Amino acid sequence: MSEPRVGVFVCHCGTNIGGVVDVPAVVEYARALPYVAHVEGNLYSCSVDGLSSLKQGIHEHRLNRVVVASCTPRTHEPLFKDACEQAGLNRYLFEFVNIREHCSWVHSHEGDVATVKAIRLIRMGVAKACLLEPQDEAESGVIPEALVIGGGIAGMTAALNLARQGFHVHLVEKEAQLGGRLLQINRLCPTDIEAYDLIKPIIQEVEDHGRITLHVSSMVHEVSGYVGNFQITVAEDGEKQSFDVGTIVVATGADVLQPVGLYGYGQFPNVLTQLELEDRLKAEPPLITGAVLINCVGSRIPERPYCSRVCCMTSLKNAIQLKKLNPDAQVYVLHRDLLTYGVEFERYYRRAMKAGVRFLRYNLENPPQIVGRGRAENVVVWDALRGRELHLPVDLVVLSTPLVPASDNERISRLLKVPLGESGFFLEAHIKLRPVEFATDGIFVCGTTRWSADVSESISQAYAASTKAAIPMRMGVVTAEAITAYSEPSFCTGCGTCVVTCPFNAI
Amino acid sequence: MSEHTFQPRIIAFCCNWCSYAGADLAGVSRLQMPADFNIIRVMCSARVAPEWIIKALLNGIDGVMVLGCHIGDCHYISGNHRAAKRFVLLKEMLAFVGVHPDRLLVDWVSASEGRKFQTLVTEFSKRVKELGPCREWQVEIQTPQR
Repeated sequence: MSEPRVGVFVCHCGTNIGGVVDVPAVVEYARALPYVAHVEGNLYSCSVDGLSSLKQGIHEHRLNRVVVASCTPRTHEPLFKDACEQAGLNRYLFEFVNIREHCSWVHSHEGDVATVKAIRLIRMGVAKACLLEPQDEAESGVIPEALVIGGGIAGMTAALNLARQGFHVHLVEKEAQLGGRLLQINRLCPTDIEAYDLIKPIIQEVEDHGRITLHVSSMVHEVSGYVGNFQITVAEDGEKQSFDVGTIVVATGADVLQPVGLYGYGQFPNVLTQLELEDRLKAEPPLITGAVLINCVGSRIPERPYCSRVCCMTSLKNAIQLKKLNPDAQVYVLHRDLLTYGVEFERYYRRAMKAGVRFLRYNLENPPQIVGRGRAENVVVWDALRGRELHLPVDLVVLSTPLVPASDNERISRLLKVPLGESGFFLEAHIKLRPVEFATDGIFVCGTTRWSADVSESISQAYAASTKAAIPMRMGVVTAEAITAYSEPSFCTGCGTCVVTCPFNAI
Repeated sequence: MSEHTFQPRIIAFCCNWCSYAGADLAGVSRLQMPADFNIIRVMCSARVAPEWIIKALLNGIDGVMVLGCHIGDCHYISGNHRAAKRFVLLKEMLAFVGVHPDRLLVDWVSASEGRKFQTLVTEFSKRVKELGPCREWQVEIQTPQR
């Protein structure tokens, strides 16, 4: 190839980089680097203006290498590679330099130091760019079948969406019955329909669908391969079965925290979790004269700092149910903050207030006390808003506990080589730019295994994940990364050890 | 260069799938850290050849970090097992030739461990500062020439 002519595009990213790094100084420095033919600063290199300026630069200055110094390749590399390709440059002649996440954002109080570092990183990038060579990408076929792990509402929705589009789906459920968490739930808010009425027709359709192969009482045992061509082994009661799929959707759900040792749970028989109350409401609705529902039990504490999002609504829903069963009952919801997001939920909150449910705010420093002999008889709570202590007589205490990562998450994360986040839920590729996708191509995630979500959110995510999974299957081909191992003839003695050693048969 | 103004030069080899993402998260979380380190993205910690590290330390780099996925989480299944074994040996070899083995740090950072990345970089930078500029090789190499 002819002598390198490198174009360097330095992004201000508004003030994200430009507010810390002296971009004009960096641009001036880069001009003096060997083989650099063109340098410019952009306000936003990833904007339409920035990209067209990049393409124009390639034409005007006959660039045969491009370096963009901006954010992280994990999100923006494909965009700039595409732009290079559109300007007629092979996409492998592009080099990304990260001067935001690894520079301006982590040295934001030391502008001079960050500027020197940005210069250093760009110098490294330009040096590497000069060594780049054009590559051709190989294409490989995609098996038009998918694996969906988890037969709850998210998994079933994803499986049906794919099956209705004509793809064959393997649905793996660890329990003997489809339905997941919704089987245990009584009614759904804000519509008040019975949970079973919602999932019954869905279960029926999944079971009857000709393009869905059900594997119940089954666990995914082994996964190998790559997007378009995964080999799956499923174990059902010790019996193993193998098949190949093109894409994978993870919808394995979450567990509910058992509040052992909190607020007399396990000690008093009339202290229940929301899930246990739902069970009672379904079977034999209890007649209650005084009930206290405590929110944020085991969540938003130092050990588990996140908000589980769905418990406030669960608590409102069941408070209204208890009021319906006995309008004279004194029903209190003790909360630390009430999260009733969106118009519908806010309306539901007003409905609960209208129904006579009382709301009291407690704080973590002064949590409610459950007192009684043999059973919970009184709840003593410091009302943080009025600044006084109240004694509430109860015959039922209900604890709203958060969704926690399923115990199986770690196993599945290792099986699929996809990461878990800080809290133990699955971590998608990018929370804003690539939701419901894993960084690994061809694997997607939806429902409560991703993060606490209600039914309608789980369904939306299931549609999103399965639709993304359908893309490579519909295309029929995926392009494989062109950078692969090869043997260098001048070093090679022909011993063949590399062929034997490589676990991926890459050579 | 006096020891007071000594700014170590550090290379951090980060794997594309875990530790590079962890470093990104540190950035997104605006976790501040010393600017001595320069990240080189590699696809896997197993891609880092021992020669690269030796070459870096020979050419004026004062410390090298190799950061991969946690054991068991490797995108390439067992790449980090290989890296783990390889760098234990390299550390011994460095010590044998007189380079302080603390100049090489091998650790695992997941995509959600921005804070761990910050801690590792901060502490490694501090340690390399204590060790001073990497001159051990130069002494070794210059002696026979006299």
